[in-house]
Amino acid sequence: MGSLQLVGFVGPSVNWWALLPQIILLGAALAVLLVSALAPQRASTVFTTVTTLCAALTSFVVALGLWSDVKADGPSSSIASAFGVDGFSIFFTVLILIGLATTALLSHGYLDREEMDPPEFHALLLCSAAGAIVMASANDLIVMFLGLEALSIGIYVMIAMHHRRSEARESAIKYFVLGAFSSAFLLYGIALTYGATGSTNLVHIRSYLDAVVFQDQHLLMAAMALLLVGLSFKVAAAPFHFWAPDVYQGAPSPVTGWMASIAKAAGFAALLRIFFAAFASHDVDWAPIVGALAVITLVIGSVMAILQTDIKRMLAFSSVSHAGYVLVAVHSASATGTSAALFYLFTYTLMVLGSFAIVGAMGPDDEHPLSRYTGLGRSRPVIAIGFTVLLLAQAGIPTTSGFIAKFQVIAAAVESESYFIAGVSMVTAVIGAFMYLRIVMAMYVVDEGEEGPRPIWHWTTSVVVLAAVGFTIIVGLVPQFLIEFARDAVPVLVRG
Amino acid sequence: MEITTGWYLVLGAMLFVIGGTGLLIRRNPLVMLMCVELMLNGVNLSFVAMAQQLDDIGGQTVVFFVLVVAAAEVVVGLGLVVAILRRQPGATADDLSALKG
Amino acid sequence: MVELIWLVPALPLLGFFLLLLIGHKVGEPGSGWIATIAAGGSFLATLAVFVGLLGRDGHAGDRSYEFILFEWLPAGSLKVEAGFLVDPLSITMALFVTGVGSLIHLYSIGYMHGDPKFSKFFLYLNLFLFSMLMLVFGNNLVVTFLGWEGVGACSYFLISFWHQRESAARAGKKAFVTNRVGDWGFMIATFAIWSALGTVTYTEISNSPAMSAATGTAVSLLLFVAAAGKSAQLPLYVWLPDAMEGPTPVSAMVHAATMVTSGVYLLVRMNSVLTDDALLVIAVVGAATALFAALCAVAQHDIKKVLAYSTVSQLGYMFLAIGSGAYVAAIFHVITHAFFKALLFLGSGSVIHGMHDEQDMRKMGALRAVMPITAGTFIVGWLAIAGVPPFAGFWSKDEILLAAWEQKNIGPLLWFVGLVTALLTAYYMSRQVILVFFGKQNWEEDVHPHESSWTMTTPLCLLAGAAVVGGAINLPLVKDWLVLEHFLEPIFHHPHHFSSGTATKIALAVISVVAGLIGISIAILSWLTRRIPTDRLEPEFLENAMYVDATYARVVGGTGTSAFQKTADFDSSVVDGSVNGLGRLIMKFGQLIQPTQSGYMRNYAIGIAVGALAIIALLAWGLLL
Repeated sequence: MGSLQLVGFVGPSVNWWALLPQIILLGAALAVLLVSALAPQRASTVFTTVTTLCAALTSFVVALGLWSDVKADGPSSSIASAFGVDGFSIFFTVLILIGLATTALLSHGYLDREEMDPPEFHALLLCSAAGAIVMASANDLIVMFLGLEALSIGIYVMIAMHHRRSEARESAIKYFVLGAFSSAFLLYGIALTYGATGSTNLVHIRSYLDAVVFQDQHLLMAAMALLLVGLSFKVAAAPFHFWAPDVYQGAPSPVTGWMASIAKAAGFAALLRIFFAAFASHDVDWAPIVGALAVITLVIGSVMAILQTDIKRMLAFSSVSHAGYVLVAVHSASATGTSAALFYLFTYTLMVLGSFAIVGAMGPDDEHPLSRYTGLGRSRPVIAIGFTVLLLAQAGIPTTSGFIAKFQVIAAAVESESYFIAGVSMVTAVIGAFMYLRIVMAMYVVDEGEEGPRPIWHWTTSVVVLAAVGFTIIVGLVPQFLIEFARDAVPVLVRG
Repeated sequence: MEITTGWYLVLGAMLFVIGGTGLLIRRNPLVMLMCVELMLNGVNLSFVAMAQQLDDIGGQTVVFFVLVVAAAEVVVGLGLVVAILRRQPGATADDLSALKG
Repeated sequence: MVELIWLVPALPLLGFFLLLLIGHKVGEPGSGWIATIAAGGSFLATLAVFVGLLGRDGHAGDRSYEFILFEWLPAGSLKVEAGFLVDPLSITMALFVTGVGSLIHLYSIGYMHGDPKFSKFFLYLNLFLFSMLMLVFGNNLVVTFLGWEGVGACSYFLISFWHQRESAARAGKKAFVTNRVGDWGFMIATFAIWSALGTVTYTEISNSPAMSAATGTAVSLLLFVAAAGKSAQLPLYVWLPDAMEGPTPVSAMVHAATMVTSGVYLLVRMNSVLTDDALLVIAVVGAATALFAALCAVAQHDIKKVLAYSTVSQLGYMFLAIGSGAYVAAIFHVITHAFFKALLFLGSGSVIHGMHDEQDMRKMGALRAVMPITAGTFIVGWLAIAGVPPFAGFWSKDEILLAAWEQKNIGPLLWFVGLVTALLTAYYMSRQVILVFFGKQNWEEDVHPHESSWTMTTPLCLLAGAAVVGGAINLPLVKDWLVLEHFLEPIFHHPHHFSSGTATKIALAVISVVAGLIGISIAILSWLTRRIPTDRLEPEFLENAMYVDATYARVVGGTGTSAFQKTADFDSSVVDGSVNGLGRLIMKFGQLIQPTQSGYMRNYAIGIAVGALAIIALLAWGLLL
C-alpha cells in the first residue's frame, strides 16, 4: 500500500480470473434480487433455486479451471498478495460450492413449506458463500475479516428470516451479539498482529517471523490468542461453543446445515491458513493451546450430546465434537495433520448437510423430539437407511467416510506423539456413538403395529440425501482421490 | 509529559475492555450493540496508533473497512432488535433464553 | 489356485446384494437357497485355495500369499492396503467358517420356514459371512477391524431379529457397549503397534523386532481387551447369554462357531507381539472364565442358556490355551468346538422347533423316541463336549489341559481349574441330555413333538460326523499325525513344544477322562435314577448366575433397588448395572456441566471472555517458562 500521492497511483494488478468464482456468486445474488424486485409477480422458488444452482455450477467449472492452472504453474496470489490462488483455496472453493448447491436444493422444499421468501434467502446464501470463499482464500487478515463478516451477516439474516417463530429471532440475536463480540476479539487480534509484525498480510507476516529472531513476543502471543478466540467461536470449539446448540436449534434447518458445515469449514480454513501457514514458526506456542481446546471440545461435545432429547441439539453438540476432531488434526501442526483436517471437513460437510436435509424435511422446526423419528424404519425405510448411514458415518463406523476421516485424524495425532489426545478422541468417539445409536434405535426398534411418521418429501431433498449417502460410502470404500485432493491442498503462502 | 503511542494503545485496550464488560453486564439489547461498537472503536484506535508508530498507511486504511463492516453489522443488529422489541416490548437479553440445555 | 482368494468373500457379498435387490421378490425358499449356494460356493472356493496352498512348499515360507486389492488408506507415514493374506492360519479358519456356515445356511431354510422376514434373515447371514471372511483374511489390522465391526453389526441385527422394542433395545445395547469397549482396545492397540513398529500389516509385524517389554505388554493387553469383548471373556462376557434371544441358527453360527472365536484368532494371529506377562493374564482370565461360566451353566433351565454359558466356558479354555502358549491347541479347540457346539445348538433348535418354541428343559423329556435323529446327533455332541474319547472334544481339551499343566508359573493350578471345569461340563451337558431326551415325558399331551425336515437333519448328521472324527486332524499318538500342528507351524514365532513325558501325558489324559465320567455319573445318578436329591446341586446362587447381576448393579452404580431382586433373568440387571452405570457416570458429568448451557447470552459471552483470558494466560505462562 503505497504513497499518499494519488497522482500517478498505480493499483495492484488484479487477476480477475482468480476472483471469478466469487464474482459469479455475487452477480447471481444481484440478479436474483433485481428480478424479484422488478418482476410483476413474486419470484418463484424454482427460479431462485435454479439461479443459485447455475451460479454454483459455473463457479465450480471456473474453480476447476483454476485448479488445473495451479497444478500446471504452481500456487500464486493476487491483488498485492492479498488473495491466494492455491490448492488450499480451491479445495475450499470446491467444498463451499458443493455446500452451496446442496443447501440450495435442500432449502427448496423447505422454503415453500415454511412460506419464507426465496429471493432474499438465496441472495443472502450466495453472498454468504462468496464471503466464505474470500475467507478461505484470503492471504491478508483484513480481507479474511471482510470475508468472515460477509459470511456471518448473511447467516444472521437468514436465521431471522423465519420471522413468525420467536425461537428464530432468539437464535438470530444470540448469534449476532456473540458473533459481533467474538469478531471484535478477532479484529483486536489482527490489530495486535499488525503491531507486532508490521503487516496484516500473511505472506509478510510469515517472512517477518521467519527472518526476525527477536520480537515483541508478548504482543505476538496476545495476538495469536485473540485470533484463536475469534476463529474458535466460528468453528464452535469449546468454551466458545455455547451459542451453537441454541442457534442450531432455533435456526431454519437449511441454515443450520449451512452453519454447521460451511461456516465451520470456512472458520477452519482461516484457522489453518493463519496458524499452520503464517505462524508456522511459532507452532510450539499455539499447538498446545489448540490441543487443549481440542480435548475440551471433544469431551463437552460428546458428553452433552447424549443428554439431549432434541435431534437438532444432538446434532449441534455432535458438530461441536466434530470440531474437536478437526482441532486434533490441526494440533499436530504437520502436513499430515492438515490434510487429515481437510479430508475430515470435506467428508463431514456432506454428512452434516445430508443429515440436516432429513431433519428439515421431517417436519416443522418448532421442535425436533426424538419421538418424531420413531418407526421411520418401517414407514419410510429408504430414508431411514440413508439417515442411518449418515449417522453411523458421523460415529466413525468402518466402510463410511467418517471412519477414514477419524482414522486419519487419530493417525496424525499418533504421528505427532500426542498419545493423550489420541486416546481422548477415541474415548469420546465411543461416547458419541451412543447418541447416534439412540437415533438409529428410535427409527428401527418399534412395537408391532405402531405407525411411523410419513413426512412430506420433496424430490430435491432426496437428491441431496442420495448424493450425501453415496459420497459417504464411496469415500469410505475408495478414499484415494479425496485423500490426494486434501494432500495437494495443504496451505502454502506465496507472494505475487 | 509526552504522549507516546503506548498511551493510545492503552486507551484502545481500555475502550475494548469497557465495551466487553458492558456487553457482559448490560441487559438492554441496544446497549449491548453499542458496547460492541465501543470494542470495535477501541481496536480502530489501536490500528491508527500502530499505523502512526510503524509509519505505514495500511493500518489507517483498515479503519475504513472496519467502519463499513461495523455499519453493516449495526444495520442487521438494529433490524433484529426492532423485530424482537415489536413482538415483546421491553424485552431484555435475559428474556431471550427459551433455547437452552 | 491361491489366486482365487478374492472369490471367497466375493460370493457371500454377491449373495447379499442379490438378496438386497431381489430377496423380497424371490421369497421363500428361493432366497434361502441363494444364500446357501453363495455360502457353499465360498466353501468350495476356500477348498480350492486350500489345495493351492498345500501345493506350495510348507517349509520355505512359501505358504503365505498376499492378494492386494488397492491402497486403501494412506495417512501420513502409515499406509494401509485393502488386501487378503492367505496362510495356514487364515485358511484353517476360513475352511470351518465357510464349511460350518454353509451347513447352518442350509439348516436355516428349514428353521426359518414361514417367517415373514425370511429373505431378510438370509441377507444378514450372507453379510455376516462376508464380514467374518474379511476379518479372517484381512492382511492387516485395519482390514481385520473392518470385518470385526461388520460381524458385530450383523450380530446386533440378528440378535434383535425377532424382538420388539424393549428386549431388543436391551440386548442390542448390551452387546453394543461391551463390544465397543473391545473395539476401543483394538483401535488403540492398532495405533500403538503402528507407532512402535511402523506397520500394521501382519507379515511385517511378525518379522519386526520385538517391542520394548512395557510397550509389548501394553499392546498385548489391549489386544486381549479387544479379544475379550468379542470372545466373551470375564468381565465382558455379559452380552453373550443375552444374544441367545436371536434365532437358533444365529446362535449356532454367530454366537458359538465363528464370530466369538475371532478374539482367539486375533491373539493367535498376533502371537509374535504377545509377551509372557500378558500371556499369564490371558491364561488366568481364560481359566477363570471357563470355571465361572461352567458353574453358571449348571443350574440353567433354558436349553439355549445352558449352551450359551457352555460356549463362554469353552472360549475360556481357548484363552487358557493361548495363555499357556499353546496356540495350536487353541485353534484346534476352536475347530472342534465349532463342530460340536454348532451341532448342539442346531440340535437344540431342532428340539425347540419340534416342541413348538418351548425352551424350558423341565417341560421336555423322553424326546429320543419322537426325534431319533436329533437325539442321536445331540448325544454325539454331548459326548464330544464332555471329553469322552475318541470324540473330537477329547483331543483338543486334553491338549489344552496338558498345555495348562506345563504353564511355567502356576501350571498345576490352571490345570486343576481346567479339570474342574471339565467335570462340570460333563455334568451339565449330561443333565441337559437327560432332561431333554431321557427320563419321563414332561410335556403336555396337546404338544406334539416331531422330527424336523431334511434340511435341518442333514446338517445335524454332517456335523455329528465331524464331531466324531474331527479330532483326527491333530492326533497326538504319532508325531506325523499332528497334521494341524505341522500345517500351522510357520505362523508361530515361538513354536510350542510339549515337554512332558509320555507317562505324564497319559496320566493327565486318564485323569481328565475320569473327571468327565464322574461328571456324567453324577448327572445320571441325580437326574435319571434320582438317587441324589437334585435341589442341593442347584443352589440358588448358581441359578441366578452367582448374582453377578446384583453385584454389577451395586458395584458399577446401578439402581440398587433391583440389586437383590432374585431375578432368573440375570441379564436385565447386568444391563441396568454395567451399561447404565457407565452411562450414568457420563450423564452425571454431563448434568454437572449442563447448567453452563443456560440460554443466557451473557453467560455465553462470559464463556468467551474467560476462554480468551485462559488462552492468553496459557500463552503468557508458556513465555515465562
